[in-house]
Amino acid sequence: MLIGRVVGELVATQKHASHEGRKLLLVQPLNLDGSDRGDAVVALDAVDAGVGDKVLLATEGFSAMTSVGRPASPIDMSVIGFIDHIELLPGVH
Amino acid sequence: MYFGRVVGRVWSTVKAPQLSGHRLLIVQPLGPDLQNRGKRIICADCVGAGSGELIYWVRGKEASFPFLPQEPPLDTTIVGIVDSVHLKAARDPATAPGREPKRNNARKPSRKA
Repeated sequence: MLIGRVVGELVATQKHASHEGRKLLLVQPLNLDGSDRGDAVVALDAVDAGVGDKVLLATEGFSAMTSVGRPASPIDMSVIGFIDHIELLPGVH
Repeated sequence: MYFGRVVGRVWSTVKAPQLSGHRLLIVQPLGPDLQNRGKRIICADCVGAGSGELIYWVRGKEASFPFLPQEPPLDTTIVGIVDSVHLKAARDPATAPGREPKRNNARKPSRKA
């Protein structure tokens, strides 16, 4: 799983049936210091997140599918939580 | 899933038999600003995407799931056509961009005089 920030929402009317009824979010994965970690990804929303939220991102098929309740679907990313706080040992970045 | 644009098409006549009938499209990955990110890839398609369209695709074993019960050897498949991208928070959900106004279901007046 990764930490990310929701940077946008996509609107798609023509999509796979298993994606109906779930928001499509553009999420920028983040490092622990808050800097960008690679390119933005598209994730289905399991927790009603919105633009600007810091979120927990599942980046693998099984966890992404089960979090939105759509097994055996073409889903490989989903937003599964909000990040409230990060605590690190001193000296760890 | 990943965001991108269809920029071309690939034809292949000799291929794995499970792949017959699948359209193969060239996809350029994009960032939220619609600028190119990274190298182009080949994707199968399950939604009828065409050249120039914004799309999102799925990667890995999940790429074969739209075609169940067949399991073609695909690792990237386009699973949606993107109509619009909204980068600002919608303040009022009722007037959020991309949301269609309620349809008027009232009966049309009869044409008869």
